[in-house]
Amino acid sequence: MQTLIAFWNILKKDIENYYLKPPNISWGIIFPLSWTLMQLIRSPGNIGIVELLPGLMSMSVLFGTTSMLAVTITFERKGRSFDRLLLAPISISTLVFAKILGAVLFGIVNAFVPVVFAAFFINLSGVNWGITVIAVILIAITSALLGLLIAISAKEVFEAQTFSNFFRFPMLFLCGLFVPIAKLPVILKPISFLLPLTYGTDILNGVITGNSIFGTIFNIFIMLVFAALLFYLCQRNIKEKWIL
Amino acid sequence: MGIVNVTNLKKVYGEFQAVNEISFSIEQGEVFGFLGPNGAGKTSTINMMIGLSKPTGGHIMIDGIDAIKDIKQVQKIIGIIPDENNLYDEMNGFNNLCFCASLYGIPKKEREKRAMELLEQFNLTKAGKRPFKAYSKGMKRKLTIAAGIIHNPKILFLDEPTTGIDVESARQIRELILDLKKQGKTIFITTHYIEEAERICDRIAFIVNGKIVKIGTLTESMENVEGEHKIKLQLNSSIKDMKEELENSFVNCRVEIPDENSCLIISKERVALFPILQLLDNKGISVYEAKAIKPSLEDVFVKVTGIEASKLKKEKEKAGK
Repeated sequence: MQTLIAFWNILKKDIENYYLKPPNISWGIIFPLSWTLMQLIRSPGNIGIVELLPGLMSMSVLFGTTSMLAVTITFERKGRSFDRLLLAPISISTLVFAKILGAVLFGIVNAFVPVVFAAFFINLSGVNWGITVIAVILIAITSALLGLLIAISAKEVFEAQTFSNFFRFPMLFLCGLFVPIAKLPVILKPISFLLPLTYGTDILNGVITGNSIFGTIFNIFIMLVFAALLFYLCQRNIKEKWIL
Repeated sequence: MGIVNVTNLKKVYGEFQAVNEISFSIEQGEVFGFLGPNGAGKTSTINMMIGLSKPTGGHIMIDGIDAIKDIKQVQKIIGIIPDENNLYDEMNGFNNLCFCASLYGIPKKEREKRAMELLEQFNLTKAGKRPFKAYSKGMKRKLTIAAGIIHNPKILFLDEPTTGIDVESARQIRELILDLKKQGKTIFITTHYIEEAERICDRIAFIVNGKIVKIGTLTESMENVEGEHKIKLQLNSSIKDMKEELENSFVNCRVEIPDENSCLIISKERVALFPILQLLDNKGISVYEAKAIKPSLEDVFVKVTGIEASKLKKEKEKAGK
């Protein structure tokens, strides 16, 4: 019960202090919206929107979660308020889970901005929303953990932003969001399969466009493996780098 | 065995030895001070004791719990006031306290009640609804201390509690620390303010270059630091001419005349006053006052650390900026 009180209040504090602040709400809406609009303008046909929707959703989650978490944690570390959390009688895993959950929820909301927008133009009634939500949650969890991993390595907010982009932009082009993995140069293909976003996007591609490389169950399993691995790395790195 | 027992504690960063096999224990209800210049190893020691840093070697037992193996159990019974005010700028004072209480699993009603009580105790009730970033330095420090005791800890760790704040706030904080002592809290405090250690600590450890060079109560620390006892006599007239006679009469004593109407009797052993007073009286000299001159804690510090008080003062001024 005591752990639950601490967990809930860390999450509540993050949501109130960071995610519900007007600049972040506008970032969460404007960023996916502008990407959607940009793609709509360059792809006037309805088929284009359907094909682009999984990519837009994945990208919105990726950018929303990694940006927020990497920046907020680096900010708290710099002001040393994060020490309070490290010194609280809660386990590192509870702390990691509480810190990423805010970003995960933010990412989930971001993911559905393009969906709401696309619903005005195309019929989405055939989409399996249950699997879509699972895919979005898994992408949000792995992206948030990736954001946390970046934050652990960064000392300054600008460093966190730079490290984030170092991972995010190559990922966008390697995970089949805009360029199908089949069309990637042979040398880059193995890298694609090392990225969690590849499997998340593949699930979304499967449920929205009907085209996927792997089966949904396999993709979910791989995403869970990535989530567990990243969770372990985050815990280990916090202990090694922050408890010196 | 004290409530806190530290044995051969060691911390090495690369080739730099920040803490060099120190040992000490703290009794329940005691205010134990760590006095030393910047970089002496005070914060490194406190960080290892609270779980923010891993020791390279040694043992830490806090209230019977191994703090290295089971730090999360220790963190339930300790309160930590860091050297920086690390509360949340955007949150108001009341919410900051409630949030800190929630980290210890305190239910909502209880933490709100406790937060209100502490705001009142620290004279911050009116500022309770203001964001932390709008507080003055002294107010920030007081709220940080309140946050450290919100869960009513048994043992309190204070790292440089009055550094960088105004004189009045520092005085209030020292009073608060003494109040906490009266409540039975065990307090571990690091400071580089000699007068602060002198005012609030029961025992003091002097730490320099990661090593404890002296440890003891204030009386023990200040007693006979130079290996000499000094008594200053205030007289009605000068005894310059009698210096030799006095030294010959009392062979174990040395006499110094700092000014016209006073003299210093210095001896390796305790000085028996009556024969001296009698001799002076026979010579028609009246003694108005006899005072034992004890070394200040600053004298002790300079003696045991070899660091000039002026250097410490410079650090103090730098920290206050």
